[in-house]
Amino acid sequence: MWKILVVDDELIMRESLAAWLMEDGYTVDTAASGQEGVELAKKTEYTIYFVDLKMPGIDGIETMTQIHKLHPDAAVIIITAFATVDTAITAMKEGAQEYVVKPCSPQEISLIVERIIHLENLERENKILRKKLNDRYTFHDIISKNPKMHELFALVNDVANLRSTVLIQGESGTGKDLIAKAIHQSSDRSESRFVAVSCAALAETLLESELFGHERGAFTGAVSQSKGKFEIADGGTLFLDEIGGISHKLQVDLLRVLQERSFFRVGGSKEVAVNVRVIAATNADLLAAVRDGTFREDLYYRLNVINIHIPPLRDRLEDIPLLVRHFMERISFELGKTVSGLTDGAIARLMSHQWPGNVRELENSIERAIVTCHDGVLTEENLSFLDGNESEEEEAISPGDMSLADLERRAIKATLSRTEGNVKEAASILGIDRSTLYDKLKRYNLRR
Amino acid sequence: MEAIAECIENIIGAPVHMLEDLDEPKEAFVEKRNQWDSSVILRALINMAPPDALRLLGVTSRDLCVPVLTFVFGQAQLDGLVSIISTARLKPEFYGLSASTELTLERACKEAIHELGHTFGLVHCGDRSCAMSLSTHVGDVDIKNAEFCRGCRSFLRDRVTAALADESRPGREKQL
Repeated sequence: MWKILVVDDELIMRESLAAWLMEDGYTVDTAASGQEGVELAKKTEYTIYFVDLKMPGIDGIETMTQIHKLHPDAAVIIITAFATVDTAITAMKEGAQEYVVKPCSPQEISLIVERIIHLENLERENKILRKKLNDRYTFHDIISKNPKMHELFALVNDVANLRSTVLIQGESGTGKDLIAKAIHQSSDRSESRFVAVSCAALAETLLESELFGHERGAFTGAVSQSKGKFEIADGGTLFLDEIGGISHKLQVDLLRVLQERSFFRVGGSKEVAVNVRVIAATNADLLAAVRDGTFREDLYYRLNVINIHIPPLRDRLEDIPLLVRHFMERISFELGKTVSGLTDGAIARLMSHQWPGNVRELENSIERAIVTCHDGVLTEENLSFLDGNESEEEEAISPGDMSLADLERRAIKATLSRTEGNVKEAASILGIDRSTLYDKLKRYNLRR
Repeated sequence: MEAIAECIENIIGAPVHMLEDLDEPKEAFVEKRNQWDSSVILRALINMAPPDALRLLGVTSRDLCVPVLTFVFGQAQLDGLVSIISTARLKPEFYGLSASTELTLERACKEAIHELGHTFGLVHCGDRSCAMSLSTHVGDVDIKNAEFCRGCRSFLRDRVTAALADESRPGREKQL
């Protein structure tokens, strides 16, 4: 049953409007002042609010503002006997859905109410359908209707409660961390902690301390005992991202923990036992690394008890419209912009792009497009940075015409593109260490 | 008036008695709009209803309005005792057309049934041919019938039967 609130200080006005609306079958409440109206709105969410503009105490505009604070989507119709262009403009600017001059024709009132109810019905229907669609295509924040992804979701459910180590492989940006979280959330460990460590972001000694903790005095600066991620994740799940780049020593330490389920803190002599489920992830070809001797074979097989391979976005193009819609809703909300649609040209551009950076690249692209979108609809123009337009422009400039900084920026960008965002690999190719590369990414405002 | 009474007896299924002609209460006149406030007239009608009346319908040729609307064809106490209709805007001549008593009567019957339907608790019906369909223009009145749709008829039959059986005649205590 649709509920309507009529706020008017004149008894005959609010009663006659209420009587008219009740004949239409609506449940109608009335309030004799803006304050009373706001109090009623705190207790009940009405579909439509008829609010008189001129009232003693808080006026119609202020009443509407307070109602909108309580119910941002509420349809407020400002009614007034003293219509001016200025008040109409103010009312509409402040968020009134309609502005009605009383007395108004019965047809006008009926049409306005009918239109709002019709929209409200569509919105409710839309929400239900969207929820159904999301429920069908969403698995722990991962959106997909691709059959291979659904097989993967089934595998996640099957292995969730096992203690076996999982190795998640997939290109950069495919959402390996989301799959790891999904395994944790679906498991009987979900009440305990999910701890993630990016192995590529830390130097070897720091990573060792980060994983296993350290005793007081273990090294300069170790002023007190510290627990490592293995201890913090005790009873839960430890997610080791970018496992392919860890040092030989750490590979040995890790192998030991996986075999013995215990370890020593850095500088410690007391063995610490833990109950941790390890999930590792990499975008590198670990088997190739085993073959060329940079990754231990025994560790590889210890990690690869259950293997999950996430297909790249270009192999599941059917997910692009779903993901785009999802990112548009979320990002436009976060940026406070109303972007609700996209043109056929924009969809075609998104579908034809190769997405080397996968879902992460798609997400970043949608954010960039929304920032430059000004009329609520994403167009092909908003996505003109895709398909290398920018780099083509850069290519056209001869290195002789560029500053050293421009050259460096281009070199970093090209290398990251080649390594598909793998910073460690890019740093190695560029001959600098990772922290220096991170500094330069920040300085040149570049994304991985 | 006889034609309207006959129509009500046929469709509502309750006997109709006609009262002497009454004057509209002067305080109902809205001078600046040259119209009559139907809410004020309804309030006066409540006190004029005979004690044994199931419902009371007023019929006037005055142009009716309510404070918030420019005009109404009629008004009723929803699930209450009294209702009123106006023939002013039901006459073809109001719209610059040739007078037709027959058409005016047909429209008046439909509006009388509609407003009485409200007094028995019926609200507007989505079926455009049902008497309870909303009319905001005389064209809407012409589209609908004087009869109710199946749903409204069933609801009304129950309410009328219950009202006829209840000798306390509720509704008088209801305020407009």
